[in-house]
Amino acid sequence: MEAFTKLTSSLLPLDRPNVDTDAIIPKQYLKSVKKSGFGINLFDDWRYLDPGEPDQDNSQRRLDKDFILNNDQYKNAQILLARDNYGCGSSREHAVWAMLDYGFRAVISTSFADIFFSNCFKNGMLPIVLKKSEVDKLFEASLNDPDYSISIDLEKQQVVADGIGSCQFDIDEFLKHCMLNGLDEIGITLQYEDKIHAYEERLKQSSPWLFAHD
Amino acid sequence: MTALSLYDKLWNSHVVHTQDDGTSLIYIDRHLVHEVTSPQAFEGLRLAGRVPWRKASILAVPDHNVPTTDRDKEIADPVSRKQLQALDQNCDFFALQKFEMNDPRQGIVHVIGPEQGASLPGMTIVCGDSHTSTHGALAALSFGIGTSEVEHVLATQCLLLRKTKSMRVNVSGALPKGVYSKDIVLALIAKIGTAGGNGHTIEFCGETIEKLSIEARMTICNMSIEAGARAGVIGVDDKTIEYIAGRPFAPKDAMWDAAVKSWRQLVSDEGANFDSTVDLDASQLSPQVSWGTSPEMVVPVDGVVPDPDQEPNATKAEGMRNALTYMGLTPGQAVNQINIDKIFIGSCTNSRIEDLRVAAQVVKGKTLASNIKLAIIVPGSGLVKRQAEQEGLDQIFKAAGFEWRDPGCSMCLGMNADQLESGERCASTSNRNFEGRQGQGGRTHLVSPAMAAAAGIAGHFDDARKYFN
Repeated sequence: MEAFTKLTSSLLPLDRPNVDTDAIIPKQYLKSVKKSGFGINLFDDWRYLDPGEPDQDNSQRRLDKDFILNNDQYKNAQILLARDNYGCGSSREHAVWAMLDYGFRAVISTSFADIFFSNCFKNGMLPIVLKKSEVDKLFEASLNDPDYSISIDLEKQQVVADGIGSCQFDIDEFLKHCMLNGLDEIGITLQYEDKIHAYEERLKQSSPWLFAHD
Repeated sequence: MTALSLYDKLWNSHVVHTQDDGTSLIYIDRHLVHEVTSPQAFEGLRLAGRVPWRKASILAVPDHNVPTTDRDKEIADPVSRKQLQALDQNCDFFALQKFEMNDPRQGIVHVIGPEQGASLPGMTIVCGDSHTSTHGALAALSFGIGTSEVEHVLATQCLLLRKTKSMRVNVSGALPKGVYSKDIVLALIAKIGTAGGNGHTIEFCGETIEKLSIEARMTICNMSIEAGARAGVIGVDDKTIEYIAGRPFAPKDAMWDAAVKSWRQLVSDEGANFDSTVDLDASQLSPQVSWGTSPEMVVPVDGVVPDPDQEPNATKAEGMRNALTYMGLTPGQAVNQINIDKIFIGSCTNSRIEDLRVAAQVVKGKTLASNIKLAIIVPGSGLVKRQAEQEGLDQIFKAAGFEWRDPGCSMCLGMNADQLESGERCASTSNRNFEGRQGQGGRTHLVSPAMAAAAGIAGHFDDARKYFN
């Protein structure tokens, strides 16, 4: 996993609440057995006017010019700005893979759905929760000026934005540590290998039926 | 002694280690695997030279992509075929237990887990699918995970987690005839919103829940995720024990007695603490219908499509306007006058034998309305299908004009050929009405099996209560 420390970038404001993972990456693309290549189909149903299929030549499809992802002025944004409950619905990690593949490294909202939030941290995508008043101001600023840029500093847990000032955000200490260092959680867990074995031995004593088919 | 909630008990009994920062390593007893969210996890495992920690904890089944017709032929869609082959190959490579597509035990992962007794009280159960919350109806701590976590559980049998907050949903009052657990959970989501349960585990309790069958409880726990909760749980009672007895993976003989004794503890203690409580009166419920593109956009069948101009929250009103446009509805329109094109009875929410029995009761001796283009019944598993056929339910459905299909996720998410065309309107017993979920441009209305069946007969939404007098 790539470490996340600091990021300065413009924002792509996606001004609707409850954006679900079906919208982020529609189901037909979930048939892939890889983690890459999903970016071209990020927000597929909103981005293109005609239906899409895996392995299709997307350059031939008609774009919905009114959808903000198709506005060239926002094409360099590495931060997605979202509304309440972003990433709700399906557990598909493909949603995060698609955002990463497209070029996003962080997503800011007032709230996130739990599984999406967790999936972000496994892939070096930083989800930041800010206050509604702060998110509202970021929407206003980025909708008015596509080049409006902000800076994220994970170590300081800070978003610095012109005209808004510095916004602090909360983050779980352990998740922060893993993000800052790009740590693989499996490696961390396997440090406790002995404890897992010991737990299993206790479980075999207390709940032997759980091991009846081992 | 501190009074503990069911969630506290399930959590405490699975802590392997707690870090100084409060993150805990939680042991996972059962890992259910399907074809869509596992290939990248198996690939990661192989690349790192790792093997599954505890093979016997894993049960794999293809469900999302499988066709519901012509199972004797090769799968027509090459991409779906490849994903099913990948599951087979991965299970063979690591020697894992799987039910193949043509095994009579194959079905939707959240139907077959409980059906096989592979999901038991007191377990932690995970699957790379958000509707894993279903198994909480058996007093298990059960939740959906992403693919990275699938790999993590494969490699370590554990997950690094923080304890969630807890919410108690207390349902009281007698459920009227023709109103079901699906209506309870839809009404709950309408009340607390799709983010209302974020960061929580919900425990469902109260006299109404106690009176529900285990299958009806599964429908409620299944849709906990639609309320934002990662997990839903219900305490053990006699029905739980009766449900599990004799199932293939359930303990037997002396082991059974020991298990039951232990499972009886799996209820919240008197005075257990919850971060919040929601009360719901089931006696006042009408059959529910979702009108929009979020599971919180729900009204009673005798109600009307709501007006965004009456919504004080501007962001919410804008969301409602988008939903109305997508759904092709106008504010004030009577719900029971909305015409339907397709009927889908199935999904991990409502595809069990009791669901099919209720639907059959509604359609028996009647035929589909002429405007219904397609009505499909997709049983949750091969065993549900067989049971329904033994009871003659398939004949009732076929006589009414329904198609009787093979088990899988099917039109709930349309990864296989079962999809809506753009603009088509579906009465669906599934769990999500998101834009494009059942097919690009498709319009989904979430309802109970009785309401879906009634819509098929009437050609528009029709109050299911009328069919049970």
